[in-house]
Amino acid sequence: MKRLFSQLGFYLLVAAIVLYAVFPFYYAIVTSFKTGPELFSVDYFPLSWNWGNYVSVFREQSFAHNILNSVLVSFAVVAVSLFLGVTAAFALGRVQFRGRGLLLLTVLGVSMFPQVAVLSGMFELIRGLNLYNNLLGLVISYLIFTLPFTVWVLTTFMRDLPKELEEAAIMDGASPWDIIVKVFMPLMWPALVTTGLLAFIAAWNEFLFALTFTLTNEQRTVPVAIALISGASQYELPWGNIMAASVIVTLPVVALVLIFQRRIVSGLTAGAVKG
Amino acid sequence: MATTGVETASQVARETGKTLSPRKSQLTRGRVRAAWLFLTPMLIVVAMVAGWPLARTIWFSFTDANLSDLGAAQFIGLENYLTYVDGEWYGVLADGEWWNAVWNTLKFSVISVTLETVLGLIVALVLNASFRGRSLVRAAVLIPWAIPTIVSAKMWGWMLHDQFGILNHIMLGIGLISTPLAWTASPDLALTAVILVDVWKTTPFMALLILAALQMLPTDCYEAARVDGIHPVKVFFKVTLPLIKPALMVAVIFRLLDALRIFDLIYVLTSNSKDTMSMSVYARQQLVDFQAVGYGSAASTLLFLTVALCTVLYITFGRVRFDGR
Repeated sequence: MKRLFSQLGFYLLVAAIVLYAVFPFYYAIVTSFKTGPELFSVDYFPLSWNWGNYVSVFREQSFAHNILNSVLVSFAVVAVSLFLGVTAAFALGRVQFRGRGLLLLTVLGVSMFPQVAVLSGMFELIRGLNLYNNLLGLVISYLIFTLPFTVWVLTTFMRDLPKELEEAAIMDGASPWDIIVKVFMPLMWPALVTTGLLAFIAAWNEFLFALTFTLTNEQRTVPVAIALISGASQYELPWGNIMAASVIVTLPVVALVLIFQRRIVSGLTAGAVKG
Repeated sequence: MATTGVETASQVARETGKTLSPRKSQLTRGRVRAAWLFLTPMLIVVAMVAGWPLARTIWFSFTDANLSDLGAAQFIGLENYLTYVDGEWYGVLADGEWWNAVWNTLKFSVISVTLETVLGLIVALVLNASFRGRSLVRAAVLIPWAIPTIVSAKMWGWMLHDQFGILNHIMLGIGLISTPLAWTASPDLALTAVILVDVWKTTPFMALLILAALQMLPTDCYEAARVDGIHPVKVFFKVTLPLIKPALMVAVIFRLLDALRIFDLIYVLTSNSKDTMSMSVYARQQLVDFQAVGYGSAASTLLFLTVALCTVLYITFGRVRFDGR
């Protein structure tokens, strides 16, 4: 009997955790299907499947444009970070040389930078490069948080690869570049997927730089667009539209995370605990 | 047979090593050169997007730079930080709003990281037990982490809405409150609301880090404890907690550094309200809204110094392995 009660208690705890984690997003989905006065009553289940908010998000705003911007910026950031990260990780993870510890320390230090601490300098840089209100400016500025993180995680993965493979390749006269491309890259795919995904999510969710370095709605990324959705007056936010837009941008990320959950967990722990 | 084989192999290796040593060092030198070659692009980019902007921000903090014309900045020394004019103190360090922002940030960081650690520990312990549907629960727990901060701020902003929010509806329904609460607008509750959302959003991260540490624990101490008939609660405090403490410390400091620079959640949930303004929000308001780049940079630099100090503590106490081994 006591066992039964403790079992019951445990499953109640599990249910509470799941409810706590999932309910807010579930409620956003429910809200996104409500329009007009329906919004002003609290309902736990969708009453009707009204797609009106989803249509108006795309019709009233340049939301499709914002999504395209976010996709372009995130993919570009991931590509650049992974390329620079893999080459740097090879040097930091596989080669013993003087100053390596200091370099890793610098990389770790940069990943701790508060974004605001570089805001004015970054603003000057972006304007100096003539990239204000330009997606390329966002790509460059996002590297400050994706690159150190990518280098750090890939280095931890790279140094755990077996030494013998590399030695065999050296015996066959392979150059370091060949070793990276032909020996390590095929083995690194899981690590690349993990870090790429984490960098993608970080870039997709970024807000401060996107808010500060863009001016027109055509250049904005999705988080800024959602934050700036406004209604007729300050006190009349179109909550239905906001929730529909939120669901649209969140679903792909949630899907990615659920598909790759094991990899993401290993990447996060490699970045923090192992580090 | 096997031992002799190994001996011969190591002998051969020793001999060949001796004869090949000049060639090997040449090889090593070549590899080191290649390593630097591979590092250069990354280092250039890091210097460009991190080093240079940071240096310029610190420089701006000693000038009277204005957003509309950064080139016209003049060196004014420490005036942005602290200056004494006609019997009055001026500068960031003499600004009540700045200290209010510092206090908000510290309060927010300490409370939310504490709550996240406790909740994360509970979730991690649950996920570490084996039960049916565990992978589904783990997937569900990851969802708040995956949701963009802006979206969670908006989602919770709607749930915390003073008139139509579900939280007030539930609390009124069960008789916890008699009138609806203005969660994000009332001075007493706004910071609580921010903490509530942040805890919801980052507990998964904490739980996963703790779970990883739990899964690396040796099982034999638990068997010994079970044989001795020790109560599970005592086992948790005497065995589990001391063993995961190093990993827990690293996770806590990692989160703390993240919490100190909070910007987007506060900016979207409560906008520029004084009751929740963090150091980052204060600095950005000066920089962008008031166009005072010099003054704002001074605030940014102070935030940077705070975080840098914590990073040093993290590296010292977290015993991070830099050598890569």
